[in-house]
Amino acid sequence: MSEETVNAIIEKYRGQPSSLIHALVEIQHANHWLPREVMHQVADALQVPFAQVMQIASFYKTFSLTPKGRHEVHVCTGMTCHLRGAAKLQAKVEELTGLKDGQTDADAKFTFATGACLGSCSIAPELIVDGKHYGRMTPDRIEDVLKQYE
Amino acid sequence: MPKLQSAAELEKFRAELLAKRSSTKPCIAVCAGAACDGLDSAAVAAAFKAAAAPLGDKLEVRTTGCHGYCEKGPNVVVTPGDICYFEVSPADVPDVIEATLKGEVVERLVYKDPKTGVKAVHMQEVPFYKHQTRLLIGDNPKIDPMKIDDYLAVGGYAALVKALSTMSPEQVLDEVKKANLRGRGGGGFPAGMKWETTRNAPEKTKYVIVNGHEGESAAFMDRAMLTGNPHKILEGLIIGAYAIGAQKGFMYTRHDMPLLEKHVRNALAQAAEYGLLGKNILGSGFDFECELHFDVGIFVSGESSALMRSIEGNVPEPRPKYIRTSVSGIWDKPSNLNNVETWANVPQIISKGADWFTSIGSEKSKGTKLVSLSGHVVNSGIVEVPMGTPLRTLVHDIGGGVRDGKTLKAIHFGGAMGGSIPAELIDAPLDFDGMSKLGAPIGAGGLLLMDEDTDMVEVSRYLMDFLTKESCGKCVPCREGMKQMLQILTRITEGQGKAGDIERLQELIEVTGVASLCALGKTSGDPLKSMFRYFKPEYEARIAVGSDAK
Amino acid sequence: MTEIVLTIDDRQVKAEAGMTVLQAAQKAGIYIPTLCHHEQLEAYGGCRLCMVEVESRGWTSYVVSCLYPVAKDIIVRTRSEKVDRIRKVLVEELMAHAPDAPELVKLAEEYGADRNRFEKEASFCVLCGLCVRYCDEVKKKNAVSFFDNGSVRQIKFVPEVAKNECWDCQECFALCPTSYAQAAYLLTEALAFPGQRKIASRVAKKAAKPRMVIPIMAVPMTGQNSH
Repeated sequence: MSEETVNAIIEKYRGQPSSLIHALVEIQHANHWLPREVMHQVADALQVPFAQVMQIASFYKTFSLTPKGRHEVHVCTGMTCHLRGAAKLQAKVEELTGLKDGQTDADAKFTFATGACLGSCSIAPELIVDGKHYGRMTPDRIEDVLKQYE
Repeated sequence: MPKLQSAAELEKFRAELLAKRSSTKPCIAVCAGAACDGLDSAAVAAAFKAAAAPLGDKLEVRTTGCHGYCEKGPNVVVTPGDICYFEVSPADVPDVIEATLKGEVVERLVYKDPKTGVKAVHMQEVPFYKHQTRLLIGDNPKIDPMKIDDYLAVGGYAALVKALSTMSPEQVLDEVKKANLRGRGGGGFPAGMKWETTRNAPEKTKYVIVNGHEGESAAFMDRAMLTGNPHKILEGLIIGAYAIGAQKGFMYTRHDMPLLEKHVRNALAQAAEYGLLGKNILGSGFDFECELHFDVGIFVSGESSALMRSIEGNVPEPRPKYIRTSVSGIWDKPSNLNNVETWANVPQIISKGADWFTSIGSEKSKGTKLVSLSGHVVNSGIVEVPMGTPLRTLVHDIGGGVRDGKTLKAIHFGGAMGGSIPAELIDAPLDFDGMSKLGAPIGAGGLLLMDEDTDMVEVSRYLMDFLTKESCGKCVPCREGMKQMLQILTRITEGQGKAGDIERLQELIEVTGVASLCALGKTSGDPLKSMFRYFKPEYEARIAVGSDAK
Repeated sequence: MTEIVLTIDDRQVKAEAGMTVLQAAQKAGIYIPTLCHHEQLEAYGGCRLCMVEVESRGWTSYVVSCLYPVAKDIIVRTRSEKVDRIRKVLVEELMAHAPDAPELVKLAEEYGADRNRFEKEASFCVLCGLCVRYCDEVKKKNAVSFFDNGSVRQIKFVPEVAKNECWDCQECFALCPTSYAQAAYLLTEALAFPGQRKIASRVAKKAAKPRMVIPIMAVPMTGQNSH
């Protein structure tokens, strides 16, 4: 299923080198990571050097060059969240999942990432799982949040 | 909906629209801004919609963009009367509906002063709102961002009509120059001058760009404006394009906000449907189209030349500014880039005139400024005040002071490229040049309060860490210099400070500041500079801990 | 072409419109140090060593001469206390990576840079990008490129392309100021397509036999700390 979606995306942007980033973003959303073979296909279809595809894919942390877990766990480390205790949230997630920033667990269940300001500073500090915001978070409530995810 | 083909048709349409709307019919506006959404305002909105459905025409429920009082979300505003309800939950819905239909107020949900207990029911009485001048964000509670008609009902696109039908491009440009509208993204550069440079560039193909990237940490007003009232920014953009002679526009924003993307795409589509985008807009002979582009999550892509590389599909590496992007930008064509808030100011400047605009604000900083209040503040949210407003008003009258009964230690502006000033300077006015001189340039307007427990050394280490991750890595002074500064700061925070560390940092700040290619590297040392200016003893003490141990 | 007259180090220099300060200086025989600059390549502005002081209409600024366009009546200083200090620190930062690179050693002597000022870094690549840009702009093969961003940016060969292109070319090796390019290529070859060279020469001797295709093992070239 994913392969069809990915092929459809590549076809949509065939012959449009300036749409490289659009194409990669869509593939990342659909497939949750960018396999090397797929990047070769993108390079061929969009007529850009493979090295350029790789450069862009490695430049932005939104793209993953390795498979990601089913659920993305994100702790915001923007300035407000940082002042309001993001470091403690990060430490707790590391403790509960065994994952450091950027890592995926062996069961491919969780991928953990930290990153800067998502604009919900008023409900700092934040934990975001699969795009759902859990604001005004405290370390003791994290375990219950993560338990909801299979 | 057939295209509106002239100014007269648009005004006729607007009049018909207003005739159909009753100003006495109650409307419940539920905020769907980022913070309220995070507090599950969607459930509140759904509950209201479900409860209002059987009531048919008696009551309207509307989801809107950010009202601004994020701390007290989910926010609800009931008109007529601008009754403000705070921290509303789905369980409150039946009471609110009943009270609204009866013309009464639900007492338990209104604002209560935390010290005196005095209640404030109407928006103009609530302290948070009372001290603001909400020229830009004031319309948010009145508009469903998915409905262009809501924007038209509050007078939207009247400025575009005025510009296209009664003013020449040069006249529009002159008005913006006279207004002294300065860039709201952090540069504070006069927008009119930038427009003029782009207009005068020899190439015929020209572009205009909305920079909606908002990577500055703790700034969230641009996203609130673009998500809550995309048409206001679009209107400003079309007027600007007309003045500059640009045929195409790009809205550049973040990839991580699905609601923002949905609202902007919808706004662009509706504007095209109504004939406000495309060929021969309102019969004026002016053609203009606009595309949406998004970043992929890196701070440097908010830098204007890097952003343009990104729109071209390249890696966002900034270009040295000897080639001004207003002369050679996207695909080497003249490109005028302005921040979301800058564009949002344009319609009112055209509608009400430069003289009106310059009557607001301070001598060199005109108009209002959106400020996002956060950090250790009681009332976190988005506020709008005239330039020149003392910080004290923002911090205390609007912000409600410092949380948890602590005292204020520092006020920080400008995110990772700004600076911190001590609490004693709280009477300084909000102003581009004044704040710059104090070492805390207002940047995009993200105001952070830091309380007495804040470790200032750790703050600068954190900011440097953020920048090293966001640097593109092209030039030596930024890539290597920031890395070395971070190492020194980390050592100091870990109690391993060495004598001479401050001098080392100062030399690195100087070289990185002068030699870096773009603003990221150039201003990377600014937070540290303000730290050394105002908080040096704290650094010296921390370093002494390390040297003593040796 | 319009002639432009500017001052460089108190000398009147004649240049043509469209030239950069670096080009004008080189034409007049005035030396400005560079690292990432190469005649055959587009000016990059990455190393910042060619920074000069420019005084124009009463304003003094610091610009990279490889990109700054000549203009009438500007006063350029290729050396000054500030310019020298900038170069010194930049060289020190680069020597944390490549303390023995001949060009850096020479510059260190001239500007009083301390090769041991900063802790030594793992990689001796200075990211001047000459190899990447040469392969992109001149050879148009893109066998080597930049990856990642910020302080963990690195230059790597792309195995799938390098295996077909590099051995017959090798032109970027000579451009590299630290010999990292050659080292990186050899490491890539050893990990991703070992033995290719020997097999290739055997095959060339037996012209009738089809060229053997070595399957590429997906060996991740990262191993650096991720953010």
